[in-house]
Amino acid sequence: MKIGILAVQGAFREHEKILQTLGADTVQVRLPNQLDGCDGLVIPGGESTAIGKLMRQYDLMDPIRDMAKSGTPVFGTCAGMIVMANRIQGGEESHLGVMDVEVNRNSFGRQKESFETDLDIPVLGPEPFPAVFIRAPHITSVGPEVSVLCEYEGRVVAVQQDHYLALSFHPELTGDSRIHQHFLSMVEASK
Amino acid sequence: MAKTGTDVVKRGMAEMQKGGVIMDVVTAEQAKIAEAAGAVAVMALERVPSDIRAAGGVARMADPTIIEAVMKAVSIPVMAKCRIGHIVEARILESMGVDYIDESEVLTPADDKFHINKRSYTVPFVCGARDLGEALRRLAEGASMLRTKGEPGTGNIIEAVTHMRLIQAQIRKVVSMSEDELVSESKNLGAPVELLREIRDLGKLPVVNFAAGGVATPADAALMMELGADGVFVGSGIFKSESPEKFGRAIVQATTHYQDYDLLAKLSKELGEPMKGIDLNTLRPEDRMAVRGW
Repeated sequence: MKIGILAVQGAFREHEKILQTLGADTVQVRLPNQLDGCDGLVIPGGESTAIGKLMRQYDLMDPIRDMAKSGTPVFGTCAGMIVMANRIQGGEESHLGVMDVEVNRNSFGRQKESFETDLDIPVLGPEPFPAVFIRAPHITSVGPEVSVLCEYEGRVVAVQQDHYLALSFHPELTGDSRIHQHFLSMVEASK
Repeated sequence: MAKTGTDVVKRGMAEMQKGGVIMDVVTAEQAKIAEAAGAVAVMALERVPSDIRAAGGVARMADPTIIEAVMKAVSIPVMAKCRIGHIVEARILESMGVDYIDESEVLTPADDKFHINKRSYTVPFVCGARDLGEALRRLAEGASMLRTKGEPGTGNIIEAVTHMRLIQAQIRKVVSMSEDELVSESKNLGAPVELLREIRDLGKLPVVNFAAGGVATPADAALMMELGADGVFVGSGIFKSESPEKFGRAIVQATTHYQDYDLLAKLSKELGEPMKGIDLNTLRPEDRMAVRGW
């Protein structure tokens, strides 16, 4: 199983390390031809405006959208979730726009409000999941096809829509690999 | 229970900046140009380092009006500089909600013995270093991100290269050391042995380390990435060039695609004049910024 990790900017090495520990082959994606043969794609945390621009400048937007629409699983964290959403509050242009959700960027505030906490994510089992929120977005509304995996203080912070998985927080910064494992089973199921 | 200001949260913020370019700006308009060029953050200042050199006198924290205007203008993170050891400038910046504080040698130091105890702040700090010992002393004080000092405002990359090469070589040495050698190295470097042990076990620094101080072209940015930088600060190099939009965009792309040499050739074309730059041999010793702090 080969997982592409969008590597134009952000915390891509952390995702890479976890996925490799779980036995997946990984490839860093900076140009369209690096998507060849990928069974799944991760869009990491970073700055969504910078990631969106670099995806457009290097013609990654259309091939990734095509891959996603033809059934390749995509997993986005924080900035990655913003890139996947089809609506961004405040009128900003959407990026990939493959998930039927609306996001509010930096909705938890500036860096001094960034925090870590434990979340209940039933789909991962009863153990709480350690979550790091950094200038994090949250999901303000979801379409009918979207399942909410987790809410934190009334805000939606984890969602799945068919083969798409998106989180407000950063599982790549903590030691818990259950979400990545969950994504790999989505990739397995899609084959 | 939600916890703010933890090491994971403070260091994690810098992790998200990796592979990106942080640009110095002095107005809201420049901040917008930087954001449009693909900057991952901006550093809000009253003057860029080359103008600080030209102006002389004491350089202090920027007027909060400028920082607030920049914070309003862009959605990317905003950093700001306080003087080395200036506990109160740092508190002011924290209260304003800046996303990262640079305790910076570019400004005139407020304290020649003590850097700020950065652990007592919720906001994270980035600090400059010339070698591993200096880097680890800053980490011991609670810095969450590092950068080379380079020689700011010169458009001359030599000092940043020297600092990055030295730090990388010192890390490689520590990684291969036995426990007894670590204790002796701790004395040599003037750095806590616990941090050396952490580096040996991780095989790298426990925080992100950017290049700074002298980056003026796309090739400079790619060079620093090649030498192991996690990302790049560009001070005077963008807004002191002939075409800030072009330089900004090209430096961002060069940082991402730093090993794609055909592309770097393309990115380096027809940019216009870069910032003028200074030969370090013509700089008087008292004008060197990198020697400020310890």
